[in-house]
Amino acid sequence: MEGLYAFSVGLLTACGVFLTLRGRSFPVVVGITLLSYAVNLFLFSSGRLKMDGAAVLGASESYADPLPQALVLTAIVIGFAMTAFVLILAMRSRADLGNDHVDGRLPPPPKDQKKC
Amino acid sequence: MGLFWIPLLPLLGTVVPLLSSRFGRSFLALFTAIPPLLALLLLLQLAPSVFNGEVIYQSFDWIPLAGLSLTFRLDGLALLFALLILGIGLLVILYARYYLSAKDNMGLFYAYLILFMTAMLGIVLSGNLIQLWLFWELTSISSFLLISFWSHKSEARKGARMALTITGAGGLALLAGLLLVGKIVGSFDLSVVLASGDLLRQHAAYPVVLVLVLLGAFTKSAQFPFHFWLPHAMAAPTPVSAYLHSATMVKAGIFLMARFYPVLAGTELWFLIVSMTGLITLLLGAYVALFKHDLKGLLAYSTISHLGLITLLLGMNTQLSTVAAVFHIINHAIFKASLFMAAGIIDHESGTRDMRRLNGLWKYMPHTATLAMVAAASMAGVPLLNGFLSKEMFFAETLDQVTLGSLSWMVPVLATLGAVFSVAYSARFIHDVFFNGEPVDLPKTPHEPPRYMKVPVEILVALCLLLGIFPGVIVGPLLALASTSVLGGELPYYSLSIWHGFNLPLLMSFLAMLGGLIIYHNRRHLFRFQSQFPEPDAKLIFEWLVQRLVRLCSAIIDKLENGSLQRYVFLLLLAALVLMAGPMIDLNATLGHQSSMPVDTVSLIGALLLAAGAIATVILNRRRLVSLLTLSVVGLIVSLAFARFSAPDLALTQLSVEVVTMILLLLALFFLPQSTPKESNPRRLVRDLSLAGLIGGVIGTINYAMITRPLDSISGFFLENSKTGGGGTNVVNVILVDFRGMDTFGEVAVLGIAALGIFKLIVHMRLYMPSTDGNGLPWSPDRHPMMLAIVSQSLLPLALLVSVYIFLRGHNQPGGGFIAGLITSVAIIQQYIAHGVDWIKERLRINYQWMVASGLLIAGLTGIGSWFFGRPFLTSWFDYFSLPWVGKFELASAMVFDLGVYLTVVGATLLILANLGKLTTSHSPAAKENN
Repeated sequence: MEGLYAFSVGLLTACGVFLTLRGRSFPVVVGITLLSYAVNLFLFSSGRLKMDGAAVLGASESYADPLPQALVLTAIVIGFAMTAFVLILAMRSRADLGNDHVDGRLPPPPKDQKKC
Repeated sequence: MGLFWIPLLPLLGTVVPLLSSRFGRSFLALFTAIPPLLALLLLLQLAPSVFNGEVIYQSFDWIPLAGLSLTFRLDGLALLFALLILGIGLLVILYARYYLSAKDNMGLFYAYLILFMTAMLGIVLSGNLIQLWLFWELTSISSFLLISFWSHKSEARKGARMALTITGAGGLALLAGLLLVGKIVGSFDLSVVLASGDLLRQHAAYPVVLVLVLLGAFTKSAQFPFHFWLPHAMAAPTPVSAYLHSATMVKAGIFLMARFYPVLAGTELWFLIVSMTGLITLLLGAYVALFKHDLKGLLAYSTISHLGLITLLLGMNTQLSTVAAVFHIINHAIFKASLFMAAGIIDHESGTRDMRRLNGLWKYMPHTATLAMVAAASMAGVPLLNGFLSKEMFFAETLDQVTLGSLSWMVPVLATLGAVFSVAYSARFIHDVFFNGEPVDLPKTPHEPPRYMKVPVEILVALCLLLGIFPGVIVGPLLALASTSVLGGELPYYSLSIWHGFNLPLLMSFLAMLGGLIIYHNRRHLFRFQSQFPEPDAKLIFEWLVQRLVRLCSAIIDKLENGSLQRYVFLLLLAALVLMAGPMIDLNATLGHQSSMPVDTVSLIGALLLAAGAIATVILNRRRLVSLLTLSVVGLIVSLAFARFSAPDLALTQLSVEVVTMILLLLALFFLPQSTPKESNPRRLVRDLSLAGLIGGVIGTINYAMITRPLDSISGFFLENSKTGGGGTNVVNVILVDFRGMDTFGEVAVLGIAALGIFKLIVHMRLYMPSTDGNGLPWSPDRHPMMLAIVSQSLLPLALLVSVYIFLRGHNQPGGGFIAGLITSVAIIQQYIAHGVDWIKERLRINYQWMVASGLLIAGLTGIGSWFFGRPFLTSWFDYFSLPWVGKFELASAMVFDLGVYLTVVGATLLILANLGKLTTSHSPAAKENN
């Protein structure tokens, strides 16, 4: 099981990395989302994998490590905020620059606009 | 007691001149002088106990673990410098009152001056190395402000920049040196450091420490080859030159060497570096000073030369030479400050500082001339003046040293040579300015300055005389005290009298006098000889170097920064991979560890779905809508994975975040191109794929290595104390709202900030709104289908009820503020989707910014509440109550905190989504701003 888990995390990371290396803003955002899944799973697993051991006192014999869970919980919510921020930034850059390139290949700006 | 008031009073005093500008210039100066005067009185009150051999010490802890504290320490050396700083500072305040013209912003000038005074006091009174360094940098900054005070002058700006660059760079070297000292000794406390001299001197890193600390000292004290900034700093108003560039700031480097004398001196290396630098500086300064036509230029090079002399004395490694150095610090401060003030008076009353035009001023200002001549004679080392005494001690010491072996005879000879030039330029200062014919073409007719402008000069010149005639009475005890603390205990025998009989030092003095006068008499030949050499302008060279450096930096930046995110990410990941290579090789025996759990069918199917989803997202990434759908599959499996591996809270959170994220991504996609054009060439694809594969492989391996190793967790504490200490059985939630409440508080604050940032980005966004979908088909005319509207409307109370339930049970069962907040947000967003913005606007009048703010406020206030019970921030409280019908129930302050979290999450989520949604309608924030 651990091997399968680690493989999935590695795969998610690889897919996320590949997408963040694309030249347009939207795939980069999707890539970041994938990466954040991978990171959350990775951090979560630092408490080791355990089934049927929710950290609710009295619910089972032994418990899963609650600390990584608490950390990952806030990480998920903040990850959402960050994804949203990057996304809106992407939209804003399209609105202001007129394209969604992030590879530095900007078309020459119109004369009345200053280069950003 | 009250030691910290000595630097604190001037610090508070920096605002006094700014506030009292309207009372007129005299009152402004008077008010400005009050805080330093109080500090001086306080210092005098503390002085007796220092004379009794006490070291006054006062410390406030700041970060004790990192060795950082606010520590003040007053010993003999610090007392001497503090007296100089405050005493001369007060005289300079009086002098500046008459020096500055009505056009100058006097309040600002005084504020800078007092700030500088604070910084200087901070250096000499610091009992902690890091604190010392901080004040050290503050002197660089305040001196920058003072040199560039007449900022309309280009030379003032350039001079200030040069001084800041040189002393600032030296300050960085000093910081490195002090950090090393702290590492070797194990403490930044000065008393501890001063007691570990042998440890430092025998340490392998001693040469590095020495060079770094000396770099700081030499740059500050204008020692060769860093001396060139000082003459250019003469663009400052003359009170600044008198205060900073003769008496105090340039002495900070000397102070540093004296301060660390007990721990760094006494070695061959110290002797070589310090004494040779001092000797070269002494000779160079004295020689160049003779050729300067600018009055202040002459004094600047003379200052460099005298600083070199003190450095040489400190470098000679004998106890007597150190006493002589301390003595010369006092003497030089007194006569040089008075000379600068006299030069300022001459400049002020005649309109020029050029000695080729200033001649015969004796007739116009006999009083000032007398004062200046006495001070200049002291500078030359004429008997009965204080300069003579320390110079005599200096000669005696040069004769005694033998460290250069058979070449030792050169030191006294060169010292005499330096003194010859010193006499020559002093003679020039006297003869050229006050005699030597008539003034040439002066802008003003010179006359005596205002009465009180001369008072500071008179006081200082009187001190020159008193010190020169009655040295033992006036300065003996202070000198002994300061020398004792420099030497770290023992004091050698010396006699402070004017007459020691006919001996070699006296002969050297005599030779210097004679030689100096001869040289001055034949100066025309020397000037002609010197004029054959082109004079290098340090300013031009310096500016050229700075510009080269800037150009080099921008060339590198242009190469690195081409605006391509792809390149940055690629380089970053590549660097991470390279850095990981080493540890990855060390990470052995991954194969030895085995999985503890067998793979079951459900997990296998989940993993396959996850892999399929992720790969599909990559392959289909150019068709954006489709890739979003496959992405959501991945998200769903991730939340299921959390559920499977005993993390119900995470599963709930991930699920609700997933919904919100998808809505957000879909909304954003509405405004963005529907597909990504095919741009990457095959080579790039291969490159990216290999990097991604490598990174993924490394991460997967590390993850495997981590989860197959035994776990040593601190969570036992949380499991044990969750119920008894936090009053809840859901340990994850108790950790969030109680044990690690501070973290959670920070994280919701980040959430709120991100939401506000997004709001600001949305407000001014001008977006092109597509009138058709990606395939060119028109949008459906039925924007809000009735079925959806009805169903979601009836779902709303149910969803809200669920979120209340999740919230309330959170402390004991999976749930809590985060999850409840997300569920509420999803429910409300559904109403937006089903009914549109108009419909919601009529019914739901909530300002989401206020919601975020009140959530944060509630969370913060809950935390502060525990202060009233004498507990640390965010200590939680809970108890059990019983009510009729309801039965026994629990109330915990953590629930109020969780309510704050809940409100922030709802506010932030809706702030983002609702505003983005509004962009599609006439209610867009941008449209509102235009109206």
